[in-house]
This record gives sequence, C-alpha cells and structure tokens, in this order.
Amino acid sequence: MYEHDVIVVGAGGAGLRAAIAAHEEGADVAIVSKLHPVRSHTGAAEGGINAALREGDSWEDHAYDTMKGSDYLADAPAAETLCKDSPKETIKLEHWGMAFSRDDDGRVSQRPFGGLSFPRTTYAGAETGHQLLHTMYEQLVKRGIKVYDEWHVTRLAVSDEEKPEDRNCHGIVAYDVQTGQVEGFRARNGVILATGGLGQVYDHTTNAVANTGDGVAMAYRAGAPMEDMEFIQFHPTTLPSTGVLITEGVRGEGGILYNENGERFMFEYGYANNLGELASRDVVSRAELTEVNEGRGIEDEYVHLDMRHLGEERIIDRLENIVHLSEDFEGVNPLEAPMPVKPGQHYAMGGIETDENGETCISGLYAAGECACASVHGGNRLGGNALPELIVFGKRAGHHAAGKDMEEAEITTGKVGDYELGEVDSPVELGEAGIGEDAVADGGTAADAGASVSGVDLVQRAVEDERETIDTLLEREDGIQQAEIRERVQKSMTRNVNVFREESALKDALRDIREARELYQDVFVADKSRTFNTDLLQTLETRNILDIAEAITLGALARNEFRGAHWRKEYQERRDEEWLKHTMLSWNDGRPELWYKPVILEGEDKTYEPKVRSY
Amino acid sequence: MSTQVPESVEEESTTETASAGKQKRDAKKRERAERVQEQREAEAAEKARSADDTFHLKVFRYDPEVPEKQEPRFDDFHVPYKQGMTVLDALMWARDHYDSSLTFRHSCRQAICGSDALFVNGSQRLGCKTQLSDLSEPIRVEPLPHADVVKDLVVDMEHFYDQMESVEPYFQTNSLPDGELDEQRQTRENREKVKMSTRCIWCSACMSSCNIAAGDNEYLGPAAINKAYRFAMDEREGEDMKQRRLEILEQEHGVWRCQTQFSCTEVCPKDIPLTEHIQELKREAIKNNLKFW
Repeated sequence: MYEHDVIVVGAGGAGLRAAIAAHEEGADVAIVSKLHPVRSHTGAAEGGINAALREGDSWEDHAYDTMKGSDYLADAPAAETLCKDSPKETIKLEHWGMAFSRDDDGRVSQRPFGGLSFPRTTYAGAETGHQLLHTMYEQLVKRGIKVYDEWHVTRLAVSDEEKPEDRNCHGIVAYDVQTGQVEGFRARNGVILATGGLGQVYDHTTNAVANTGDGVAMAYRAGAPMEDMEFIQFHPTTLPSTGVLITEGVRGEGGILYNENGERFMFEYGYANNLGELASRDVVSRAELTEVNEGRGIEDEYVHLDMRHLGEERIIDRLENIVHLSEDFEGVNPLEAPMPVKPGQHYAMGGIETDENGETCISGLYAAGECACASVHGGNRLGGNALPELIVFGKRAGHHAAGKDMEEAEITTGKVGDYELGEVDSPVELGEAGIGEDAVADGGTAADAGASVSGVDLVQRAVEDERETIDTLLEREDGIQQAEIRERVQKSMTRNVNVFREESALKDALRDIREARELYQDVFVADKSRTFNTDLLQTLETRNILDIAEAITLGALARNEFRGAHWRKEYQERRDEEWLKHTMLSWNDGRPELWYKPVILEGEDKTYEPKVRSY
Repeated sequence: MSTQVPESVEEESTTETASAGKQKRDAKKRERAERVQEQREAEAAEKARSADDTFHLKVFRYDPEVPEKQEPRFDDFHVPYKQGMTVLDALMWARDHYDSSLTFRHSCRQAICGSDALFVNGSQRLGCKTQLSDLSEPIRVEPLPHADVVKDLVVDMEHFYDQMESVEPYFQTNSLPDGELDEQRQTRENREKVKMSTRCIWCSACMSSCNIAAGDNEYLGPAAINKAYRFAMDEREGEDMKQRRLEILEQEHGVWRCQTQFSCTEVCPKDIPLTEHIQELKREAIKNNLKFW
C-alpha cells in the first residue's frame, strides 16, 4: 500500500494545478493517472483562457457573461469565484513561462469569444491547452512531485455510513497498467478527483478515447451526487468524419458559417441577429442542425466554416494549428476552401457535486475540472471558461485538501437544507447490473466497515474487493466483449440524447442502456495477460460509461423545459418558476435517486436576475 | 462479505430452491452472450467481405506473459476501408472486431497527446495522423525501434522521459515582476522564435529515429535538446540562465554528439526543425565559450 497526504487522480490541467497547490502548502502529494501527464486531454484544448486582465474589463462583467451564458443555472458564488481568481491564476501561468501569444507591446494577447461582452480570451495560438498542460507539467517536475503514471484508478475507499454526508474518503484503489497489480493508496488528508471529461459516452465527440468519466462514476458509486448531468455541450465546429475540434477562435477571429446555398445563416435566418457566429455554443449548434434538418446542409450532414478572408498571415499567426488539423483529418486546406463542420459532443457541464472549494459532501473527497460540478457553467459553458476552471478550482481543491484555511463555502453539498425529491417516468428498471453476481455500482465502500475500522484497513478491503472483481473478469472464458457494449451505448446516445431531444427518443436510450447493463453482466476479457491489458482497462471503463449515460438521459427526461444546451421538443420554453434548480442523482441501494436543489443566483454584491437569453 | 450471521444463514436456506432457477438464468445468459458475440463476428466478417476496399496490415505481436506470443511474430489483419481512415483507426477496428488483445497506446486521435508513435512501413509516424491511403500494402506496423517492447506495439518510455527531465525542463528566471497581475513582457519575435520548439508532444519519434541515440544511451537526444532550446532562447529567462542551460547542453553526451543526419526533423509529426535547433545551440555554445577566451 502506498501512502501520501493528498492523492490527486488524473493529471490534466486540474490535477496538475491541484497537486502543485497542495505541494505549495507543504503536503506530501502524489498524482495517480491512467495516462502519462503530457498525454492528458487538456492538451487538446485550443481556444483560450477567459480572464479580465485589461482596462475596460472587470471580473464583474465576466461573471455577468458567465451567468447569462449558463442560462441562469450556474451558482453565483462559483461563477464569481471563477472570474475573480482567473486573472491572477492566468498570470501565474505566464510567470511559469507559458508561451502565450503576444501583442506588440509584449503583453499577452486576448481575443473575442462567443457570448463574451469583452475580448477577454487569453490564448497561445490555437494550442492553448497544449501550452498550459506542458507548462504545468514542467512545474510539477521542478517540484519533484511524485506521479504514478499509467495507473488506472478503479475505486474509492470510502467508509459506509448510511448518509453520504457522514462518510469519509480514505484513499483509492488503482491498477498498474504495466504489470496488472492492484494496489491501495491511502490518503491521509484527502483525495482529489480530476479525471476530466466523459465524451466517450457518445460516438461523435471531440474528447479523447481516455475520457470515460471514471471519476464521476466512481464518486457517484461512493455516494457523492452527480449534478446537472443532462447538460452536455455540443461544440458547433467539429470535423464531420472524426469529431476533431475546430476552435471557436476561428469564429472569434471572424470566421463565417455558410449553408449549402452560400447563405450566412446565423443572420439570414435570424438565429442570432446581433452576435451571429459569435452567439453562445448551444445557439450555434442548434442553428447548424436546423439548417441540415431543413435541407440546407451540405451532403445532408454539415455546414461550411470559412476563414479564407482573414488572410494567410493572420490565420498562421493565430490559428495555425487549425490549418494542420483540417488538412490532416479532413483533407481540406482551409486557406483554399471552407472547412466542413458539424456539432459534436464536447464538454460536460455537469459532474460531481462540489462547493467552490472543490469539496464534495463526503469528507476528504474533492473534485476539480471537468469531472466536477461546482456549478460554474450551469446549462451552457462559455468558450474559454474551461481552462480557467481548471486552474482556479484545481488550486482551491489542492489548498483545501492540504489543510489550508479557506473561507467557508457558500454552496452546500449533499442532501442538506432545501431539497425536493424528483420523479421520472422511466420505461425500464434503472441502475444495478454488473460483473457476475456483483453489482456494477457497488458503492465503492467496504461492505462491513464500521466507525472502528481504520483508514488503512478500509483501503485494504477495497483493494481485496477490486482484486476479486478483476480476477473474475480475467477468469471468465467466454461472454461478450466490452467493445460491443460500449458501441451500443455510444450509438444510442448520439442518436437519442443529442442536441435535439424528445421524450420518446430519451426513453429509447434508457431501454438501450438497460440492455447494455444486462449484457455487461456477461462481459469478459479475452486478453488474459497481466501486462498492459487494455482490454481489461476498457472493460472497467465501460461500466463507468453505463452509469454516466444513464444519468445524462434520466436528467434529460426529467427536465421538462428548454434551458441552455438542453433543448426539448415538447417544451420549448425556459420555465424559471419551476426549473431554477439543479438536477441531482444519488446512488441509493442499487438504483439512482433523483432530487433537486435550488440554484443560487445571489452573488457577492448583486443578484443575477434571469433574463431572456438573446445574442 | 457480510459478517451478520443470521443473514448469511437466510441466504443459504434460499439458495437451494433458487439454484435451479439460477442455473436456468445462467444458461440463458450464456446463450445470449454467445448469440451477441456470434452476431458481432458475423457482422465484422460481412463488413470486411463486402467492403469495396480493404487494407492489409501486418502488425507486430509480442507478449512476455502469453506462451504463444513470447516469440515475436506478425499478425495479418484485413480491415474494411472508409474514406479518411488512419493507421490508428485500422488498429482500433482490428482490436474491436478481430482480437481484443491487440495492444497499443492511443488517446486523443488528433496528434496532440503523442501516445501513438509507431514504426509504420519503416518510418516513425503518429498512427492517428497517417492516412492508410498514403501507404503501400501490406502495411507493416511495428513498435518504435530502439526502445524495449512491453507488449505488441507498446514500448517502454522511461528512458525517453528521463532524458527529457535531465535538462531542467522548466522555466527559471530571477526577474519576476512584483505584482501578481503584472506580466513579464515578451516580444512577438521572441515568442515566434521559441514557438516551434514548444510544440513538442513527447511522442519520442525523433529519439527512435536517431542513430546516435541508438548507439549512445546517454545522449540527450533531439527532444530533450529541443526542450532545452525552448528555454535557452526565451528572453524572459535572462542571460545567466542561458549560460547555465548551455553548460548542460555542452556536456559530453549533449549537443556535440549530433551528427546532423536530419532523421529527427524528418519524422517529427509537429514539424519542429529539431536539427536546426540543435545546430543553433552548437553555435550559441561556441559564441558563449569565445566570450571567456
């Protein structure tokens, strides 16, 4: 068993920042990650980091834009924290040497992005995430922080008190991909989940293959609720054949969207009469698909994004990476022809419920970055708000876990105070189903751990449980392979739980997920080797995909309104009187329990009054 | 796992009657599993048969733990072709439809995570960035040369990481601005100068292609030297630090080992002019030494 003060799971932007912050506070910190840190998906972020750095801009304006962009489903204390902390965290990256693009006076450059009232997106060409990830990894190396790379974390060691709010997280169980060993890691102070996105729930996504929502699913099974899972962001400009991302920076710099008739449809058909291509992502995604559905798409599938008029010099200066991506992955040279683009799954606004210090309702369990939902993004994330989220909340979680005195959070976590139970009309039985006799979602808790059991023992028991699960998987001689199950879920989610949603399709998705859960009971790993067994790795990931797909679909079915990225055919209006509340899903004795908690619209100095969202 | 005895007893007493039903259910489940699996295999075979075009891949296989795979061999895969398909797509198809034990690293699918550098038809390339249609058949896919093979196409990256970390690969400066919101100014020209060097994705293709690195295990190698270049040429670090960086690079197994064969530059998937960077550092080192004569 390994032991550290703070254990960070995941080594993307949030994980690295959290580890550095914990280290700053003097904690013995280690990162456990299924990929080597420089392979993390933060590296694929292109656009930039929103930070109010300039005269004429202010964190208050940034917070206003964020609240409006969220369609009033973000919690004001979280959004304000993001906007207040982002400038100094962004400049901290500059102090660490990050190679930002520069203005003539040597200052870092900023550009316009969708839904922003000021050009406050700080960037490094169209490779901001790559530069950020590497700069932060450099700082990790400088500090000598321990990294267990290619270790796949499969379970949290959490005590089993009845209420999640009374539970404690003592560590994790991880599986060494290189050797197949299953080991425990005890965390004296806390575990920080920073496992990133869950795009692999869909088959057309900008997300890496590694983004299977492991952290969200693990925390859920240990008792921390998932929040606002139905809010999935579809990015309006992804390459049709692969899902490779074409940054919003292209539109920020002046790129134009055209339909098959060569019409600039954002204006022509009144989707966004003021901001046009620079409307918020949900608005542009719906506009594109409406064009396609009404027969004005190209090859009935996509639209064109044209940046040729910007001129080669400007394109190479600010968007060079896009030229390479379009050429390599779509065979189109964007200096000569418009790029084909369509919406693709891009980001999960929801995730593990946390407060603005990154803490969940389980003591000692934290989450930061895309896997977390401090509720910064609400119903729709603004472009350029993901990277500041990583550095701001990564740092806060790291500090808190390392024992630094933090201001008390205004956001509450867990079932405390004002909450109401939800109901949903599901066509099938939900939850449960697993490997053999064990449930997939078996709580992550040691079955019979009482208050008297020490943290070390608890971790050890979780290790034994996990060894058993893995042995069972490897011993099975026949059954169904994970690829089959995963594919079914991904296809159904893309077909049924996409940009446009309707009740019958959502119910179809729940049926498909139920069927996939049943198939998963017979899952088997054909590769019997303990060395670098990616078959086993993917099989373990697939059980996370099942839980997350179910949560997204269930939340979407229950939310009878149209808000942010969540469009419902039957309900074409935002219904504030009923739905200014967060969708919460708790794992409760083998099935998901749906409940709601109110949105906090009261900020430090003002209350954000919901207004009609037009761009 | 339950320690509460009464419950266990209860469970046991119901087991007897449940066992017949359970057996039936298990048999049903097995049947279903077999049916689903057969269907999938049949569909894959049908796809391969009916495709207008299939690509023939010869893929290196080795697993130290599995007796049949301990002796390295090549496996043949025939993959149905779709417009735009890459080597990585083909490997994934083969894995998901023919042999789930086929092992390789990959993640982002867009040439930024650097996981899937492979030796394809005799050259180091990123699998995700290499179009099948650009290659002659049969396409030979092998692990990167000059590294230990862990399994199939996966190589041990430890040595590469060690070399990267040996050049103090982090920004160092003595003159940070006082204010936490004040930037260190950097000219556009200077950012342009280091830009290409910052694009490295640590894929290790360059190291694998380098004859010198193959013969001299201590040679820093093109990627690590490029990492040092990224900082040595950054005006924000200042002259003192540049001096120190040049000392690191001038060590016995540093820049002077490079024989300007350009193989690193040729294979770099991010088009970093590695050889040029190494040559420029050699010139800087000479200039630096002249100062002290």
